[in-house]
Amino acid sequence: MSTIHLKVNGESHNLDLDPATPLLYALSDDLALRGPKFGCGLGQCGACTVIVKGQAIRSCITPVSTVQDTEITTLEGLGTPERPHPIQQAFIDEGAAQCGFCMSGVMLTAKALVEKVPHPSEQLIEQALSGVLCRCFTHTRMMTAIRRYAAGGVK
Amino acid sequence: MKARLTKDARAALTRRGFLKASGALIVGFTLADTADVADAQFPGPVTLSPPLGQLDSWIAIGADGSITAYSGKEELGQGIATAQTQLVAEELSVAFSKVNLIYCDTAYTPDQAYTSGSQSHPANFNKSNLGQAAATAREALFRMAAEKLGVPASGLEAADGVITARQDNSKKVTYGELVGGKKFRLALDPKANRKDPGEWKVLGTPVPRPDLPEIMTGRFEFVHNVRVPGMLHGRVVRPPVVGARLMSVDEASIKDLPGVVKVVVKNDFVGVVAEKPWQAIQAAAKLKVEWSAGTGLPKQASFPEYLRGRPTRDTFLLDSGDVDQKMKTAATVVKATYFHPYQMHGSVGSSCAVADVRGDSATIWSPTQAVWYQKTTCAMVLGIKADNIRVIFRRGSGCYGLNGADTVTYDAAVLSQAVGKAVRVQLSRKDEMAWENYGNAFLMDERAGLDASGNIVAWDHEAWTPGLGNRPGTGSPGNVITGMLLGFAPDSFVPRTPAPAPAGFNNNSNGMPSYVAGKIGGTSKNTGAVTSERVLVHNVVSPFWTGPLRSPARLQNTFAHESFMDELAAKVKADPGEYRVRHLSDPRLREMVQTAAKAAKWDARPSPNPGRKRAGVVSGRGMACVAYERDNGYAAMVVEIEVNQDTGKVTVKRIVVSNDCGPISNPDGLRNQLEGGALQGISRALGEEVTWDDQKVTSVDWRTYHTLPVGMEIPKIECVLVNRPDEEATGAGETSITIAPAALGNAIFDATGVRLRQIPFTPERIKAALAARVLRQQLLRRAFGGAGDGVPAGGGLSHDGRHVVAQHVAFGGQFRDCVSNLFQIRVTAGIPLGDREARVVCLLAGFAGEGEG
Repeated sequence: MSTIHLKVNGESHNLDLDPATPLLYALSDDLALRGPKFGCGLGQCGACTVIVKGQAIRSCITPVSTVQDTEITTLEGLGTPERPHPIQQAFIDEGAAQCGFCMSGVMLTAKALVEKVPHPSEQLIEQALSGVLCRCFTHTRMMTAIRRYAAGGVK
Repeated sequence: MKARLTKDARAALTRRGFLKASGALIVGFTLADTADVADAQFPGPVTLSPPLGQLDSWIAIGADGSITAYSGKEELGQGIATAQTQLVAEELSVAFSKVNLIYCDTAYTPDQAYTSGSQSHPANFNKSNLGQAAATAREALFRMAAEKLGVPASGLEAADGVITARQDNSKKVTYGELVGGKKFRLALDPKANRKDPGEWKVLGTPVPRPDLPEIMTGRFEFVHNVRVPGMLHGRVVRPPVVGARLMSVDEASIKDLPGVVKVVVKNDFVGVVAEKPWQAIQAAAKLKVEWSAGTGLPKQASFPEYLRGRPTRDTFLLDSGDVDQKMKTAATVVKATYFHPYQMHGSVGSSCAVADVRGDSATIWSPTQAVWYQKTTCAMVLGIKADNIRVIFRRGSGCYGLNGADTVTYDAAVLSQAVGKAVRVQLSRKDEMAWENYGNAFLMDERAGLDASGNIVAWDHEAWTPGLGNRPGTGSPGNVITGMLLGFAPDSFVPRTPAPAPAGFNNNSNGMPSYVAGKIGGTSKNTGAVTSERVLVHNVVSPFWTGPLRSPARLQNTFAHESFMDELAAKVKADPGEYRVRHLSDPRLREMVQTAAKAAKWDARPSPNPGRKRAGVVSGRGMACVAYERDNGYAAMVVEIEVNQDTGKVTVKRIVVSNDCGPISNPDGLRNQLEGGALQGISRALGEEVTWDDQKVTSVDWRTYHTLPVGMEIPKIECVLVNRPDEEATGAGETSITIAPAALGNAIFDATGVRLRQIPFTPERIKAALAARVLRQQLLRRAFGGAGDGVPAGGGLSHDGRHVVAQHVAFGGQFRDCVSNLFQIRVTAGIPLGDREARVVCLLAGFAGEGEG
């Protein structure tokens, strides 16, 4: 065990952790965040996605030691129920969820893309989300929400 | 931020005590964090669920006029909580936001068994249960107001929780003043008037789901997020292969690992409890466990034939007694065999539960579809009284039926009991996928007799389906893997042959095609016109766990029925839409077909598409329809696709769904279900199949079990909602998924002329079928000198001989598996076949007379 320094959603935390611990467990257990979730532990589904240095990464396969002192953003870090981020607002407006478990993967992957490419083509969006799963198959609404967000520009 | 329970509530957790102590129900209870509830647990025996026939079980009105509704039907993501809230708000003439809905907590809510099977809408929106309770409450409030205001009830009106005299609006009284904090003490009145759908202001409108802001911002509490003070983390160790028994566990093998609290061994159940989740995961992975050899598994490639050879339990759903005779006298008999594989729920999050077992009491947070049954079976697993267990539903990931929710709840309970502290367990991806209760495989023989005009005169359906375990129900924890490992047996299998005569009409499995009359006891109860009808089901024992997966059995049977209907239409060169309508007697289902066709601008003509090319990308359209469980939802679907004949890739371009579920409670929620169901059905048809080797399941992650990602090329989906306010409310969550696979297969046939009879329609299978088409053409030309269409059937070969080979043709390897290597080598090497040889091969393979070109 060693002291791990994490910056999550603008707050600093010192955690006593095995440096090999995947980031997901630090976020969902030690910090009790509800956004990133365990889906597969293999980086295959996206449920654990967080944004680090503008990239959507899979926290279930990212050791905490590799993301020390870098800003980590979870779904909670974007906005609140009262003041949602525009991408969250777009998803709320489109009713783009059923069970809602996969939202970190869908929204944060799309947000990271739109920050890099403000008006992504359909193909780019599809490519970005080709490794993100939603088993309720709310795909149609999610794509509409992403397009709506992208059309409104970043932030 | 948090809505905490009051002191009174903490002191009195039985529902009755709760009502009494707090004067009224506390609005916002469902917003209370889990830790608040945990603080207040173990109040003594939890009372039985409130009786279904009593109004107070469903509706409570606080002194401040707040309305709390209780339901035994839970929100899984299907939108039913929103619709139920609308229902209560409508009947009580208040705004949506004024109603607080609490569901599926054994300490507070009425026992409505499962939330499953498209039953929530019919159960709570018709003339019983929640809807009727709200209407009973409204009438009771009007009676009380009439007395208080001295105005007859007929002269009163209600709005926003206030009842006012129409003639004198100074005479008014609020709900809170009438009953606030007190019970109604009334039985549900089956005669209480329901609001006329024409007057609906809240129900029937697209009210947005109130949970979305929390979900989208990462605040929503899934069961995975339940945190109880002092909670530990568990991990289970499942057997490495099917049928393995536990030999030994070497606890010393993990003694040096940090955070390990306990190794738990009970019969064949092995688990580890640690302080943190990552510690538990590592401990479980490193724990040395010895298992016996497995029992071995049948070969997957020949699984359909394996099913035919197993002992069976036979059931007739229909038997008009004249099917064989009608087939003999029919102008044409058409046969085909279909196979649907095992598929999994594959929820994105692996299943999770939290249990806090202390001595002889327990509080359990579970994503189960049946909190009450979880309570009774958990009592068996723990060896404590059911009345001492409180099960609280918390939403899991997806659902789609019996995923790992129940089994992981037992895992958490057993581990918690062993350590005397709260334990959270989330399964690994592999443990979820290798041991969940899969949707059943189905092998289905279809046979139809046609008259000289091409009309169906007899239909014969025979299915083999393997099963093992099921929902645990009220007393079978052994129906899921954890229960079995703990020593409980799954429900027993008792062979039975021959099948007894049908006991009564039951098409809950959609075993009956829509086109048969379903005549039992002199009355036709199904949706079709064909009166010579037989449906025989053979249940056999499965090597894998099975259980309900969205549209269980209904999707599989409908895949066969609706594909076969398309084959029959092609056989007689009829338009598949018109041919369906021609054989339907039910006006609602007929209208669904016509509505979908109209909305899709259906190109009415026989399939396959006459202008199709033999190479490159081709397009086609297919159709299917269903009366779900005969009377629990009506739908039809048109699917438009492209097939790349070089790669075997299918791209769905457009889906049009028509749906009739009686009165529409929330059109947006309905659309969401239809859209998701359609795409989930497409994913299941295109890629999903549980695979195994000789010992174990090999589809254990998202590389080995193939689902369509969010980044797929998404088709345009159009839903046509047919509202029928005067009919009973039916289910709507499983209609579109039921018909998607057949509509897709029919579209592939339309595009390519190739009929796929085995799901999934993978690119490999499509390419193999296209290759077989080429060989078939060569053979047919050689044998009969024509293009293949209209070649006479029969030809002196025995029925059984053709049947066996035709089955092989229907599956996977197709041509390669069924026709001898010799013929294939000769054909591919260009060595000419003799006329007689070619003719024999064609007849053996069942090519002749299939109407395919």
